[in-house]
Amino acid sequence: MVDVIKEDQILDCSGMLCPMPVVKVSKAIKTLEIGQILKMFATDPGAPPDMEAWSRQTRHELMYSTQENGKFVFFIRRLK
Amino acid sequence: MAKSDPNAPKRLALIASKGTLDWAYPPFILASAAGAMGWEVGVFFTFFGLTLLKPILTTQVTPIGNPAMPMKMPFGSDGFQNINWPIPQMLMTNVPGFNALATTLMKQMFENKGVASIEELRQTCLDLDVRLIGCQMTMDVFGFKREHFIKECEIGGAATFLEYASEADVQLFI
Repeated sequence: MVDVIKEDQILDCSGMLCPMPVVKVSKAIKTLEIGQILKMFATDPGAPPDMEAWSRQTRHELMYSTQENGKFVFFIRRLK
Repeated sequence: MAKSDPNAPKRLALIASKGTLDWAYPPFILASAAGAMGWEVGVFFTFFGLTLLKPILTTQVTPIGNPAMPMKMPFGSDGFQNINWPIPQMLMTNVPGFNALATTLMKQMFENKGVASIEELRQTCLDLDVRLIGCQMTMDVFGFKREHFIKECEIGGAATFLEYASEADVQLFI
């Protein structure tokens, strides 16, 4: 799945704790075109539930999340 | 309570009433997270919380009166960092500069763990258009003037906050 999705931008939030991953994602998503995909890396164990909440609140699509080399990986599509 | 505009974004209204390092984090973390989710956010800084709007932040944390505060070192081996030092209250109260030391250690621990500083979080709030409102009454009581605070903040009173909070989805007193 990770290899199937082609991201348009990569954001590395490794080492950051709450609330910086959602803050950085919210800034980065604004630089994308609608429909484009952001790939985000995080190490904060709070990031998975927070990214889901962020996605529900902002109505951007959290397409897929997984773990890769000990990091959480999120694919987010800008929807509006 | 019906909002006057059903299509308006969600709104968070916070009162920040304390000016220590530990109490400075919750309002700025919640405000920036809400801002990142596209919410409208307003924070009303009152009493000692008002000092969080000064240009140079000098927030400190005190272990005195905070018996649950872990007394850990932000350097050394993992085993050393995990020791919770049993420092007697007598010592904490009487050693000059103990608060400054505890503050330095806590800031270092936060930085090591990847927590943003209060300064960074406040700037993040400003970047996300969070409204920072200083309490006029507190200014009058403690003899502060408008120019003692960052230019981005507004000044208002209880009515200003209540009107804003009356249309908020989440209201918290911190």
